[in-house]
Amino acid sequence: MAGDLSEFVGTSTLLEARPEEGSKDRTMVLNMGPQHPSTHGVLRLVVEIDGETVLNVVPDIGYLHTGIEKTCEAKFYQQVVPMTDRIDYLSPMTNNLAYCLAVEKLLELEIPERAQWMRVLFNELTRLNSHLVWLGTHAMDIGALTVFLYCFREREEILRIFEAVSGQRMMTSYFRVGGLSLEPPLDLFDRIQKLIKIMPERIDQYQNLLTGNPIWVSRLKGVGHLSAEDAIALGVTGPPLRASGVDWDLRRDMPYSSYEKFQFKVPVSNDCDVWARYVVRLDEMRESVKICQQALDGMPSGPIKANAPKIVLPDREQMKTQMESLIYHFKIVTEGFTVPAGQVYQGVESPRGEMGYYVVSDGTAKPYRVHMRNPSFATLQALQTMCAGRLIADVVAVIGSIDIVLGEIDR
Amino acid sequence: MNSTPLGKDEVFEALAENRAIASLQSSLPGAITDAKFDRNELTLTIARDQIRAAAQVVQKAGYNFLEDVTCVDWYPSEPRFQVTYHIVSHSLKERLRLISMVDSVDASIDSIVPVWPSANFYEREVFDLFGVRFHGHPNLRRIMMPDEWKGHPLRKDYPVEGYR
Repeated sequence: MAGDLSEFVGTSTLLEARPEEGSKDRTMVLNMGPQHPSTHGVLRLVVEIDGETVLNVVPDIGYLHTGIEKTCEAKFYQQVVPMTDRIDYLSPMTNNLAYCLAVEKLLELEIPERAQWMRVLFNELTRLNSHLVWLGTHAMDIGALTVFLYCFREREEILRIFEAVSGQRMMTSYFRVGGLSLEPPLDLFDRIQKLIKIMPERIDQYQNLLTGNPIWVSRLKGVGHLSAEDAIALGVTGPPLRASGVDWDLRRDMPYSSYEKFQFKVPVSNDCDVWARYVVRLDEMRESVKICQQALDGMPSGPIKANAPKIVLPDREQMKTQMESLIYHFKIVTEGFTVPAGQVYQGVESPRGEMGYYVVSDGTAKPYRVHMRNPSFATLQALQTMCAGRLIADVVAVIGSIDIVLGEIDR
Repeated sequence: MNSTPLGKDEVFEALAENRAIASLQSSLPGAITDAKFDRNELTLTIARDQIRAAAQVVQKAGYNFLEDVTCVDWYPSEPRFQVTYHIVSHSLKERLRLISMVDSVDASIDSIVPVWPSANFYEREVFDLFGVRFHGHPNLRRIMMPDEWKGHPLRKDYPVEGYR
């Protein structure tokens, strides 16, 4: 009786046993992670599915919780800087900047112009670095392996530049309270110039690999819809917020570290999907290149540390020739510096959104409380809204599009 | 640079135009128990039982985006916990800090999840690490620490090395 399927379908126990729609027995619970290649670290998702359709996504976090906020309370103010690198390990300089700005606000310290411009320059390089990792891994999750290799080629040069200024590729700790740690090596600006000269062409290259690719387009377009109202209600910041049509960028709207002196556009899209986030981030990379160029062209000369001997470590030369500098050096290293009592919040635009540091001082040399407001932590709450009703494969695309870093979610 | 912080009365006088202060004073008289303007940041202390209403009022006044909810433990002084809310206005380009003091005998406060759903994770974090409970929170479970963990690590009487 080949060809007559109706008999089999009609009597199939499998089909008859299928519970009705809406019934609890119809769904199953699937664990994604904590060791899943597309969850970018140790994120565990408890996904309730009906067939291939996602009904609920509940993130379970905390696998990477190391109590950084508690540890900060036991350190001197200057000792907290290396801790901040380890929060968002893909954008160390942004973390350093937010923390240093917060403490400088408490101290009411004036930072020399050169240090401010250098901070802007390295922040934008950090943004490029972070977005390159995002693009490579996001494309790899979707199945386009080639882009990853191209992205890491350029990222390697950025990491070499970081190594040249700070001695470290990833955990840079280059910024200090009161300025920068060291004057950069002589040929550094030439190297950065060389890199950002080729960057626009390279970004076009990535775009050529992906934008016209029909698989890439169909995996991204219309997936993970997040309206502007939902984005604001759920605390989403950064590129996902701008991809939902909200024109908000802290660099332009609440400028810090002399960002007001730079000309750049804030890319916004009204498509509200994964595709929009991809387009916004690519445009952001182009704007970052422009900001780097402006910073290189107009880089002021002068000191890189504030004139505050009780807070900023003296130069090595001075320390060996002047008694006073030696004493200050000894005091800062052994006792730290005291910060007037008060509380401040400093938000900066990190590659993932608003990175905020809330520092409370009680007038001693150790912070009374340091709290980090992390963009990924808040954005993760929007996962349910973006994934419900879509396929499991879309969850992977959505996680890639919000660009999470588990280090900053768990802290 | 040395700017002196402004106290309650000075803030009300100097910042009478401020939308948050004006709307809070007109719709919730008495809700602001203290105010401070320090280092260009405005801090308003809100009575504990009025925090949700105050959040609604400032949201209507244009402070549309909740950035952060956290807590500071002022052990051993009472009231011990300072629950802190950072709210930013996209239209006014201004930031506002609301704080509310919670004592240790009844360490609880109203949840603001009905006003801003984004407070969900933040309040769970404060509950987990400080032990402050939030009334009306839809899912008040530990978020960072394991479910069976004893104690609240960010309290000042919790040692950095952990209990031995």
